[in-house]
Amino acid sequence: MAQMTETADRILTTADGTPLKQALARATRRNKIRAFILVAPLLAFVLVSFIIPIVDMLARSVDNPEVQAAIPETVALLKDWDGTGLPPEPVFAALAKELSDKSKRSEIGRMGARLNYEDSGFRSLLNKSQRRADKVTSGPYKEGMIAIDADWGKTSVWKTIQLTAPSTTFSYYLNALDRTYDENGNIVMQPEWKQIYVHLFVKTIYVSLGVRIACLLLSYPIAYLLATLPASKGNLLLILVLLPFWTSLLVRTTSWIVLLQTNGVINDTLVWIGIINDANRIEMIYNMTGTIIAMTHILMPFMVLPLYSVMKTISPNYMRAARSLGANPLVAFVRVYMPQTIPGVGAGSILVFILAIGYYITPALVGGQDGQLISNFIAYHMQKSLNWGLAAALGAILLAGVLALYWLYDRIVGVDNMKLG
Amino acid sequence: MADQATPFVQFSEVQKTYDGEILVVKDLNLDIAEGEFVTMLGPSGSGKTTCLMMLAGFETPTEGRIMLGDRELNNVPPHKRGIGMVFQNYALFPHMTVAENLAFPLEVRKLSKSDTVAKVERALDMVELSAFGNRRPGQLSGGQQQRVALARALVFEPDLVLMDEPLGALDKNLREQMQYEIKHIHEKLGMTVVYVTHDQSEALTMSDRIAVFNDGRIQQLAPPADLYEKPDNAFVAQFIGENNRLLGTVEEDDGSQCTVRVDGHMIKALSVNHDGRGSKTTLSLRPERVTLNPADGSLPNVFDAVVRELIYLGDHIRARVATCGDDEFIVKVPNAHGHLSLAKGTNVRVGWSMEDCRALDA
Repeated sequence: MAQMTETADRILTTADGTPLKQALARATRRNKIRAFILVAPLLAFVLVSFIIPIVDMLARSVDNPEVQAAIPETVALLKDWDGTGLPPEPVFAALAKELSDKSKRSEIGRMGARLNYEDSGFRSLLNKSQRRADKVTSGPYKEGMIAIDADWGKTSVWKTIQLTAPSTTFSYYLNALDRTYDENGNIVMQPEWKQIYVHLFVKTIYVSLGVRIACLLLSYPIAYLLATLPASKGNLLLILVLLPFWTSLLVRTTSWIVLLQTNGVINDTLVWIGIINDANRIEMIYNMTGTIIAMTHILMPFMVLPLYSVMKTISPNYMRAARSLGANPLVAFVRVYMPQTIPGVGAGSILVFILAIGYYITPALVGGQDGQLISNFIAYHMQKSLNWGLAAALGAILLAGVLALYWLYDRIVGVDNMKLG
Repeated sequence: MADQATPFVQFSEVQKTYDGEILVVKDLNLDIAEGEFVTMLGPSGSGKTTCLMMLAGFETPTEGRIMLGDRELNNVPPHKRGIGMVFQNYALFPHMTVAENLAFPLEVRKLSKSDTVAKVERALDMVELSAFGNRRPGQLSGGQQQRVALARALVFEPDLVLMDEPLGALDKNLREQMQYEIKHIHEKLGMTVVYVTHDQSEALTMSDRIAVFNDGRIQQLAPPADLYEKPDNAFVAQFIGENNRLLGTVEEDDGSQCTVRVDGHMIKALSVNHDGRGSKTTLSLRPERVTLNPADGSLPNVFDAVVRELIYLGDHIRARVATCGDDEFIVKVPNAHGHLSLAKGTNVRVGWSMEDCRALDA
């Protein structure tokens, strides 16, 4: 033992006196470079298509350049205003000058859109002022501006501009959490009729959990069957599981519409058998039920495959051993088989959950009013309202939520225990 | 071996087929006495494991009956048979500790907590693993896992224990050590053991009786010594130990002795299992029963031979010689004091007694 510690203290060298670590590094450098060159294309692709968009999205969620870009002088002067009464005359003068600057029309338009998120009167106020600002060519500018629109005489309007002026803001995040700044810069709840996102996040999580549990309950027996059947039959069944994978997502979703709609196959059959009468057809689509049914179906393979790959490795001898030791089939299954499938359950669950939490097409098509999830609103803000800042903030919160859940999962189950295939 | 009249385990006219076309087990009859250590030995695909699985209840016989004591087992599910079993790769539950593994059969039998703990401790003691109760099977060496598997199969005190090639995954030294351990535990506890293996030395070491399986049938059921000394047929002679085979025709036969023509040589042999005069026969002769350069007239069978190859093995020398038209004739020459110094290509004489040469089926 003493000898061993002695050698450990000394720096080990090769025969010609180079330190051993250095020699090793040199010997493996070539392989490392080769390995890096092999992964470089993928690394570049991931960087461009994944990392950069995410960073951009995170930046956009706090980015707030509109007011600054449209009326920089006014903003600079407004900085010193104490927020009581109205700003001093020079501020009005700068505003009148900058609003009448024709070269800044589009910036002012964007500023109007930005301020409209805070208070919906701003766009028309700015449009109106912009059209008439060139008439206010000499002082007193304050009276001139108020003459264009009485709103310029309101302290709250100026406070909002002052508050929205900094080039970064958390107001998108507050908005995404149904909160907002009041005119004094305090964080307050949105008025009740504007509170939708927190409820939507909670609903999305519940739906994802529900889909996850439905997937698990339905997939477990399938995976078990797949894993225990002889190879020839098992492979056929596996193809049946994979078949939906190879079918367009849109086709699968719309086929659910055909099946579930009020005059669809299932309702018609039930009416024909006489279980329900024609007047009381079941509403199974364009609501939450439709969303859950279709999502469960579409996400099932993501549960079946990890489960199958884990179950495939469990030797039938474990069950036999349990039986021979005196356990009836149920006890043997619950106490010996099921614990060994935990890695597959974990992998499938987290996969389905994370996919479900960001699911978009299916709820959009079959969700109706009630079955929309958070991703549908992100898409709405990306495409319709063009409020990218809010879309980015919603997306960032979703991402943070997924990462938090992943961390939690790692703490409870352990990611090392997960087996994806 | 207890009372042979009332067997403890009885296979009667058992047949098994998986696909309805090929019989994996053909007309099996086997009686095992209480406390006996019986080994099913045979090449893979000979039906031995299927027999064990039928006894354990994981396969159902297509035909015939299996009795345990006075109970017919055919329709008893595995968990109600009360048979301990050690599996090929141990099948220790990886998510349970060693102690939990051992407690499992006791818990499902609803034993009290204190009884369970006491029995688990005793079983761990028996296999000398008392310090390992809290380890997971994955943290144990192969030999330790093997002992845990053994302890688990014994902890609920079954009268019958089945072992399916339990030592197959161990290296040679450990395997030999475990053979003795299993044998000693058997002697101490006195349970009945049915052991499956394809390793003949394992079978010879441990068993009271060995059933040699081939092609779905028991070829011979006998104590180890009989199996080696007195094989009933060519398969058993070939399968157990080393064996020289000489193919010939029976020329004379008086019922107990016969003369067989092999490549023009007349060999005197013991009549065991041939179809009488004029029939083809396989002569079986153990290499260690062949004497090199015997004294004139001391042995009835003496023939000329040429040394083809010599392999030095320490305690003995294996000489491959050509004699009686057989180029692969092996002679074991003991490395005793004053043994003959042989050289490749020399002419020698080989001889053996009539009793050591058995005329078997062709």
